[in-house]
Amino acid sequence: MNRLGVGGWAILVVAALFFGTPLVLTAAFSFWEGGDRYGFEVYGLLWNSPKLFEAMALSVELSIATVAALIVLMVPAVICMNLFAPKLRPLFEFIATLPFVVPAIALVAGLSALITGPEWLIGTPFYLVIPYFFIALPYAYRSIDVGLRSIDLATLTEAGQSLGANLGQIILMVVLPSLRSALVGSALLTLAVVFGEFTFANVLLFHTYSVYINEIGQHEVTAAAALSAASFLLTWIAMLGVLIAGGGKTGPSGVR
Amino acid sequence: MAIVELHGLRKFYGGRDVLSGIELAMGDGELICLLGPSGCGKSTLLRIVAGFIIPDAGQVLVGGRDVTKLAASKRQMGMVFQSYSLFPNMTALDNVRFGPRVAGAPKAEQVKRARELLDLVGLSSHEAKFPHQLSGGQQQRVALARALAVQPQVLLLDEPLSALDAKVRLQLREEIRRIQRDAGVTTILVTHDQEEALSISDRVAVMQGGKLLQVATPAEIYRRPADGFVARFIGSGAVFAGRVERGHVRVGSMLLRADASATHADGSEVEMFIRPESVQIQAHDGELPDGTVAGTLSESVFLGGLTRMRLTLEGPDNHSLWADVPSEHAEGFKPGHKLIAWWEAAAPRVMPLSRE
Repeated sequence: MNRLGVGGWAILVVAALFFGTPLVLTAAFSFWEGGDRYGFEVYGLLWNSPKLFEAMALSVELSIATVAALIVLMVPAVICMNLFAPKLRPLFEFIATLPFVVPAIALVAGLSALITGPEWLIGTPFYLVIPYFFIALPYAYRSIDVGLRSIDLATLTEAGQSLGANLGQIILMVVLPSLRSALVGSALLTLAVVFGEFTFANVLLFHTYSVYINEIGQHEVTAAAALSAASFLLTWIAMLGVLIAGGGKTGPSGVR
Repeated sequence: MAIVELHGLRKFYGGRDVLSGIELAMGDGELICLLGPSGCGKSTLLRIVAGFIIPDAGQVLVGGRDVTKLAASKRQMGMVFQSYSLFPNMTALDNVRFGPRVAGAPKAEQVKRARELLDLVGLSSHEAKFPHQLSGGQQQRVALARALAVQPQVLLLDEPLSALDAKVRLQLREEIRRIQRDAGVTTILVTHDQEEALSISDRVAVMQGGKLLQVATPAEIYRRPADGFVARFIGSGAVFAGRVERGHVRVGSMLLRADASATHADGSEVEMFIRPESVQIQAHDGELPDGTVAGTLSESVFLGGLTRMRLTLEGPDNHSLWADVPSEHAEGFKPGHKLIAWWEAAAPRVMPLSRE
C-alpha cells in the first residue's frame, strides 16, 4: 500500500476495471441462456464438441512445432551472433522487428504466392509453422537475447573451452540450462501468439482454435464468448508462467 | 607442468601492433607475472597462450610442442578470469568437476578430485552452493579449484584479484601462491598491480606498448629497472633526464650525484632514477656541500613508520625528489622548510634516455 500510494492504487483500480470489466462481462454473457436464464448449457455443448478439441489439439501441435523451430533455429543463431558477430546485432534487431510492421494479410498473401515445398509440409496445417515462426520471432528473439545478455556468454564460453569442452558441450551443459527462464518465457509467449493467431489460419483454411471461435460465433454467440474468456485465461496462465519462470531464484537451472 | 616458450609473437589490430616480437621462456613450475598499464597487451598475450587468439606471427611452445594453432579446448590450460566466470547453473562441486566430466572421467573420480580441490581451497563445506550464494573471494577460489581440476600444463590467471576488496585480495594472493607452489604448475598471472606482481612472482615481465621491456626477478626489477618506464612503473621514485658529466648527471644547473662513469660516456643523454628510501634529508643551514641538492619541502605523506616527503628542488624546472624519512624524524619538518638532500653515489640507477 505504502509503496504504491493512493495515486498508484487509483490507477491500478481504474486499469483493472478498464481491462477486467469486458472480460468479466464476456464470461458472464457466456452463461446466458436467453431471457433471464443463466447456466452452463453452452459449456456442455462445447465439451461435447469434437471439433473444438480437434481445433485445440491442432493449435497445441502448431504451438509445439513453432516453439521447437524457434528454439532449434534461434538459440544457436543468437548465441553465434553474440559470440562471433556482435556487429550483426542491428541486423538481428531489424529482422526481429519486421513482423511487427508487415501486416499479417500481406504476409499471408506473400507466403501463398511464394512458398512452395514438399506436400508433407505445404499440404498440411504444419505449413502454418512458417508464418507462426515469423510472427513469434520478435518475442522469441528478445527473450533469448535478454537471457544471453544476462550471462557473460563470452567468458563462460572461454571458461568452458579452457576446461576442455567444445562449443556444443558448453551450449548444452552451461548456456541452455542458464537460459531456462528465457526459453520458458519465449515458449509461453509463442504459445500465446500461436493460440491467438487468426488471419493466417483462416485465409489458408485451417481449423485452429481461433478459427473455431470465429466459426462458432457465427451461430452460437455465447459459446464464442465462453471460448474467448477461456483464451484470455489461457494467455494469462501463460504470462503467469513467464513471470514465475523469470522470477525464480537461481537454482539448478536458473540464472539470476 | 611444462616449460612455456613464446617466440616472436606478434598481433595486429586495426593496423596497430598490439604485440610485437614477444620472446619469453618460462621454467617448469615458475610463476611469472605479466605486468603493465591498461592496453599494454598483457591480456592479449595471455589469451594467445590460452588459445583464444591466434597470433599473426610467432609460436607458442608448451613442453616443446607447438600449440600456436591448437584450439583452446585441446591445450589443457586451466584459466581463472577476473569475473570469476563460474557456471551459474552448477554448484561449486559441479563447477569444479566440469573439466574431468567433459574429459570423460568416471563420475566417482570426478567427484573425488573436485572434493580434494575444494578442500585445497578451503571450501569443502560450500560444495553444494551455487555461485550466487558465494562471496567474490569464494567464487574465485572455486574458479581456481576448477582450473586445477583439469591438471593443467599451464595455469593462466587473468587479473584474478582485481574484482576483490583489499583484504580478500591480500589473503587470496597468498593462497594462490601457496597452491601454485604445492601443485608445481607453471603459471602466468596478468595484473596491473605492481605490489601483487612483486609479491607473488618468481619473475616479473613488464610490458608497455605491446613489448616486453624487462623480464627479471622482482628484486632485480625493483633495484635495476631496465629503463625509465620500468623505473617509473615499479615502485616510486624520481626520474631526471640529463647528461653525464664526470660520472654524475647534469640536470639544468644541478649536478646530481651518481656513479655513471663506467657505463656512460661523458655527454651521453641519460635518465637518472632514484628511489625515496635512498634519499636522506636535513635542514638547510645555508651551506650546500658537494653532492647535495637544495629544495623546499612541498608535502609529507604519513605511511606509518615512514613519512614520504616531496622536495621541490631549486631551479627553473621545479623538479621533485622523494625521500622516505623515519616518521619520528619527519615531525620536525614542515611544508615550506628549506632542506638539503643527498644520497650515495651508487644509489641512483642511470639508464640511457628512453625515446618513447
